[in-house]
Amino acid sequence: MGSHATVAGDPPAYDFDIVRKFSIMTIVWGIFGMGVGVLIASQLVWPGLNDLLQPYTSFGRLRPLHTNAVIFAFGGCALFATSYYVVQRTCQAPLFGGWLVPFTFWGWQAVIVLAAITLPLGMTSAKEYAELEWPIDILLALVWISYAIVFFGTIVKRRTSHIYVANWFYGGFIVTVAVLHIVNSAAIPVTLTKSYSAYAGAADAMVQWWYGHNAVGFFLTAGFLGMMYYFVPKQAGRPVYSYQLSIVHFWALISLYIWAGSHHLHYSALPDWTQSLGMVMSLILLAPSWGGMINGIMTLSGAWHKLRTDPTLRFLVVALSFYGMSTFEGPMMAIKNVNALSHNTDWTVGHVHSGALGWVAMISIGALYHMLPKLFNREEMYSVKLINLHFWLATVGTVLYVVAMWINGIGQGLMWRAFNPDGSLTYSFIETVVFSKGGYVMRAIGGAFFLTGMLIMAYNTYRTVNAAKKAAESAHQPAQAPAV
Amino acid sequence: MDAGTVGAISTVLVTIAFFGVCFWAFSPKLKKRFEEDAKLPFADEPQDKHTDDHK
Repeated sequence: MGSHATVAGDPPAYDFDIVRKFSIMTIVWGIFGMGVGVLIASQLVWPGLNDLLQPYTSFGRLRPLHTNAVIFAFGGCALFATSYYVVQRTCQAPLFGGWLVPFTFWGWQAVIVLAAITLPLGMTSAKEYAELEWPIDILLALVWISYAIVFFGTIVKRRTSHIYVANWFYGGFIVTVAVLHIVNSAAIPVTLTKSYSAYAGAADAMVQWWYGHNAVGFFLTAGFLGMMYYFVPKQAGRPVYSYQLSIVHFWALISLYIWAGSHHLHYSALPDWTQSLGMVMSLILLAPSWGGMINGIMTLSGAWHKLRTDPTLRFLVVALSFYGMSTFEGPMMAIKNVNALSHNTDWTVGHVHSGALGWVAMISIGALYHMLPKLFNREEMYSVKLINLHFWLATVGTVLYVVAMWINGIGQGLMWRAFNPDGSLTYSFIETVVFSKGGYVMRAIGGAFFLTGMLIMAYNTYRTVNAAKKAAESAHQPAQAPAV
Repeated sequence: MDAGTVGAISTVLVTIAFFGVCFWAFSPKLKKRFEEDAKLPFADEPQDKHTDDHK
């Protein structure tokens, strides 16, 4: 190893307790969030399920609970766990920050629990992916600033001279999400549980989708690319395909993503040039997205055979394939003519889930399967066969989901804009709902597949942790053994 | 300066910055350095078996 990358001497004792906590909660919140997802998917098939406990279980209240739980609780915990793990190991330094480290864990869990209480109660700022009311937003900002202090503090006291590229992506994600959250959540409180946005009209919409799209670009992409740049090389047992490409990938991605948000507001009151700019920037974004995807997949060149025996590596690689697919689909849907067909249809929902299930969840699951045995001092997970089963459930579930939404979305788009020769609409809205029912059933089944995979993961993890506990106990036993 | 001029100038500057990053990243002088940096994930685990590197 070159002197540039490393220092002599053993690596220090890392703070893995916090990583273990976040890892376990990733699985717990994953099951919770995806469980709510399967419930609301079922509500669209059997509307009676809305009435389980009205008004708290109506679709409109549970849908933001689902998105907040999977993005911020499941995805957020996965990002905390992996970033704390990666930054320590690539900086060869334990976490900086003292009490701030546990504060990020308990603070983040408190935000999640408060969201799970307030959203079903109907307390919402009505901003998509930023529904939480102002007191929770303030707590979230405090947690996030603590996270930044811990992360960048650890980088400052690193024992390596270079900052590994995964940390650049994690760092970019942490800084940008802080800016996005604080700007978009600016609001005027009326009561403890009600506030109004500080912005108005088209400007409010623009700020919201500047936030919304960059929540995708930085929370759900840059952060998880940080994961990719550490765990894919580690699991494949070889360095990333091109480190040079990863540098260009980083700068191109973070400088381009920030401009694309207005494609969410095509054909709206937003100035036309802003819509066109968002479309063009979204198309350009294809280049860094695919550059990163190719860099990740090519890391396996010469090690493809490992895919046959290693389901963890398969999770990571299939995640990259879905990343490539959804970052191709996204720019296409940002083209105004395509968007005229896809907007407000289930196609959008399918696109989001090909990214959320296929990319975000699969790369997190792969990273967790890599990390868990190391965190609990085991050679490998309790059962590799169960990882394999989880892999197939997740893959089949995602494909079912995405295909169902493609069929529904394109069908809805075509039906909504079909005219009779006299100018009247060919289809009433309810006819498009009837058309969509098959796809909704297929989507609920796909989601249930994915959720079942998560339950298997929870069992596998439980057995792994249990085995670790038993091993620790028996390690103490030999001292007493002669007495038996 | 009107908004159009600012836009034009910033477009040129960003383009120069982008090509600057590309030339810097791919400059032959730094190739060795980046190859070493790419091995950082394996640096803190001397017992790590990543024999594939040397195939």
